[in-house]
Amino acid sequence: MLRFTVRRLLNMVLVMIALSVLTFVIFNVIPGGDPALRIAGRNANEVVREQVREDYGFNDPIYVQYAVMMQKTINGELISYSNQLNVREEIVRGIPVTLSLVAGAAVIWVFFGVLFGVLSAVYAGRLPDRLLNIVALVGISMPVFWVGLMLLYYLTFRVEAFPPGGYTGLTENPLDWAYHLILPWFALSILFIGFYSRLLRSNVLDVSNEDYIRTARSKGVSERRVLTRHTLRNALIPIVTLFGLDLGQVIGGGAILTESVFGLEGVGKYTADSIGSLDLPPILGVVLYGGFLIVLMNAIVDILYAYLDPRIRLNA
Amino acid sequence: MATRTTDSDFSFDPTEGGREEEGGGGAVEGLGPWRLAARRLRRNRVALAALALFVLMVALSLAAPLYATQIAKRSPSQTGVTDRITVDGKQVDVVSPDGSPIGPGLRSEYPLGADALGRDVMVRMLYGGRNSLFVGFMSAVLTTVLAVSLGLAAGYFRGAVDRVISSVFDILWAFPALLFAIALGTALALGGLNLGFTRLEGDSIWIPIFIIGVVYVPYLGRPVRGQVLSLREKEFVEAAVAQGMGPGRIMFGEILPNIASTLLVFGTLIVANNILLETALSFLGAGIQPPAPSWGNLIGDGADRIVTAPHLSLVPGAAIVLTVLSLNLFGDGLRDALDPRAKVRLR
Repeated sequence: MLRFTVRRLLNMVLVMIALSVLTFVIFNVIPGGDPALRIAGRNANEVVREQVREDYGFNDPIYVQYAVMMQKTINGELISYSNQLNVREEIVRGIPVTLSLVAGAAVIWVFFGVLFGVLSAVYAGRLPDRLLNIVALVGISMPVFWVGLMLLYYLTFRVEAFPPGGYTGLTENPLDWAYHLILPWFALSILFIGFYSRLLRSNVLDVSNEDYIRTARSKGVSERRVLTRHTLRNALIPIVTLFGLDLGQVIGGGAILTESVFGLEGVGKYTADSIGSLDLPPILGVVLYGGFLIVLMNAIVDILYAYLDPRIRLNA
Repeated sequence: MATRTTDSDFSFDPTEGGREEEGGGGAVEGLGPWRLAARRLRRNRVALAALALFVLMVALSLAAPLYATQIAKRSPSQTGVTDRITVDGKQVDVVSPDGSPIGPGLRSEYPLGADALGRDVMVRMLYGGRNSLFVGFMSAVLTTVLAVSLGLAAGYFRGAVDRVISSVFDILWAFPALLFAIALGTALALGGLNLGFTRLEGDSIWIPIFIIGVVYVPYLGRPVRGQVLSLREKEFVEAAVAQGMGPGRIMFGEILPNIASTLLVFGTLIVANNILLETALSFLGAGIQPPAPSWGNLIGDGADRIVTAPHLSLVPGAAIVLTVLSLNLFGDGLRDALDPRAKVRLR
């Protein structure tokens, strides 16, 4: 178990290094414009630009530039080229907003995803199942940002039921916090509700064909108990895995669209802004931060799995 | 928003196709697996309706130039801020003096309204559909070609080849896909891309195709590798080796046909996913570059005017939902038809 964990964590470090090298190389090789031009401003002459290149180390060999940037990243000294703000501080500043958004949305998507999935499986092939299947498919077919815009239009402008964007800290006023976040929560969770209910439905149907379910029935266990104690317990395992991975993605900046539409100043919004100005340090910072969360969640899920199922440990 | 599966979840073995058919199995003995699948698909009314809807969306988009020149008599970039049209016998501004454009209505001119520059939303929607569908389809082709080549090589050669390819998949998998695609899209849109033999300008439609095509490669490549790993142990591969076939012929001539049904189902869903990703990229300005319209950047344009002109976002969004939904529904039906027992987990 220890060996497996160590190997998994080592693999994680390697992926992170590959991630940083790739991001760095891609954004250096791409002729997206000389960063010195943007820093020095449009009207700067060649002497000033050369000075900027020298100061920022753009004349150094690329591997030196990479090493310096990674050194700064690890020490938390990475500074944006465009507004000179510290990248780590900016990301940390966005985390509470992103976490608020993701936490609420996750509760909603897990609740409805599981509810719809179980109902679909219980009524498999019958009308409720067909209707829920359509609902789930519509959910995964809608662009998140469009859902957000439509919610904003109909529920904040046409019917003034909710505030049009903005954010209040949880510690300042919990009610206001939730009131401001209800629409973003729903916008973000709709897609996941569709995915989770479809996955759970097929898992429940798979598990219900297992021998141990028949055994439970033949022992005289009630249908309700078979569903909750035997079927669901096993059918939910893949959902837990997926939940870990999705959580990593969304906290890692994957909520960029929802945050942009609702004007939430989270990590995703910060990313969108840095990308808009093609600011390499923040882009690298956010990709590494997001990649780290994804890789970390992957590793946790794998290790948990190996802990729960010894066969994986032996095979790997 | 991704096609996610666990390896080898999708099992479709054409060699056993003739034996399983719901109900009277004896009557259909001898029919090939593809014929059986087609028969099952024909009975699935929802899937057929979805296919019809998708074909309609494609046909409408393809007919964009026809509509623009023959009916609307306006090009997608033609502005008309000062134009006036006749509605119910009255002269109406296309864009009112306070800047809000005319909305949709039952009339021959501007049936879906105008945008802030007086451009015809219907014309731009149809042209946007052309671009969005083209990107979605071409990037899906790219994804499939890359994923199949890499997955086949990894699964067939195993060993070092497999380790390298699997690591590439792992790294791509760990990238925050959306973030990365957006960052890459923005950078390339500014600077273009030099491929050595040819140069892509920043506003080239091939840039989003290239980005979207690469991002989802592991989602298909991993299950392909898993299937190839198990297929290469089958007797027909052994027979091919014994006949003296080379690896290329075995991979593409023997193994590939056996995963064709998987690719068909995945292909449908990847097109759907890629259309969604294209709209997200274009919405943020990192995909198809204006003035070329796409469903995504049309919604992006409309977002600023959501209060005064909600139709600017509503209409292209509805087109996206209809198209992607029809593809997803059809993909579902296709999967059920190809393998009634499939436990494929798609997302």
